[in-house]
Amino acid sequence: MSQRPVDRESPDRLYTVTGGRTVGDEDRFDLVSLIVSERDPAPGMQSEHARILDGCRAPMAVVEISASLELPVSVVKVLLRDLLDTGSITVRHPNPHPVTARLPDRETLKQVLVGLQNL
Amino acid sequence: MGSRTSEQAPAAAGVPLRPTASQGLKIVIVGGFGVGKTTMVKSVSEIHPLSTEEIMTQAGVGIDDASSVQDKHSTTVAFDFGRISLDEYRVLYLFGAPGQERFWFLWDQLFAGSLGAIVLVDTRRLQDSWYAIDRLEFHQMPFVVAINRFEGPEPALEKVRSALALADDIPLVDCDARQRQSCKNTLITLVSHLARRSGQPAAWETTP
Repeated sequence: MSQRPVDRESPDRLYTVTGGRTVGDEDRFDLVSLIVSERDPAPGMQSEHARILDGCRAPMAVVEISASLELPVSVVKVLLRDLLDTGSITVRHPNPHPVTARLPDRETLKQVLVGLQNL
Repeated sequence: MGSRTSEQAPAAAGVPLRPTASQGLKIVIVGGFGVGKTTMVKSVSEIHPLSTEEIMTQAGVGIDDASSVQDKHSTTVAFDFGRISLDEYRVLYLFGAPGQERFWFLWDQLFAGSLGAIVLVDTRRLQDSWYAIDRLEFHQMPFVVAINRFEGPEPALEKVRSALALADDIPLVDCDARQRQSCKNTLITLVSHLARRSGQPAAWETTP
């Protein structure tokens, strides 16, 4: 497990990518929220936005987008917020039930078990 | 890391999810450095494990002091993950999470909404697991403990249970992180444990 300074990761790039906006808590997206494009990339669009729209023609988890763009998860969430605000993407949330629910519902557990047994 | 993809090739482009995929689920594999977390992810994942990172700031450590923000030193923490498409709708993501205390920030994000956790243990370094187990209990995150069997003589399960001060109702199993079937069985042990906790009828429960 590596831990390295952001300084070596060109912070200017991260600043530019997010337009200097705060990278902070973003509870609209979970690591495994599935993102789906609702439009094609437009000419002149920020390249990261365009790459997300390209990549999410099939559903793609936030964490997969982060890996493919080689950007930290919280930076990706800022980009996704932009795209969500303009209706360019839709989000399929991990849990159809309230996030506060402590335990996964029975049906989900049952289907996970069935899925694992069928591997 | 070798699992890095190039700028031009989106990571999962080769293996996109089904268009019907709608529910992402998480299970976290936690353990000390070199215990075999990524090996386990690789053994069961349908994609080559990917690596990504999160920015870890010192904000939230408990010091609400503007002067400390000035020279705040951000670091990034890398973590690996893989995925298993369970059916038309459900996709299970497996995360390898470093067990050390300094990565608590990442833990909170990984554990939010997780089904549960697997603590992967190397019996030669049991102490690496203590913090992880404490933290999971604190989060009330259900977990099972899997001993990744390396070569050489190994202590019996009950000795490990005692050394880790594990409650009797927490499953403790042997596994070989290199073997797909073994990892699959460990995942089934975890999900069966979750089902018992949620009061599932035993009808569909299985003993791996």
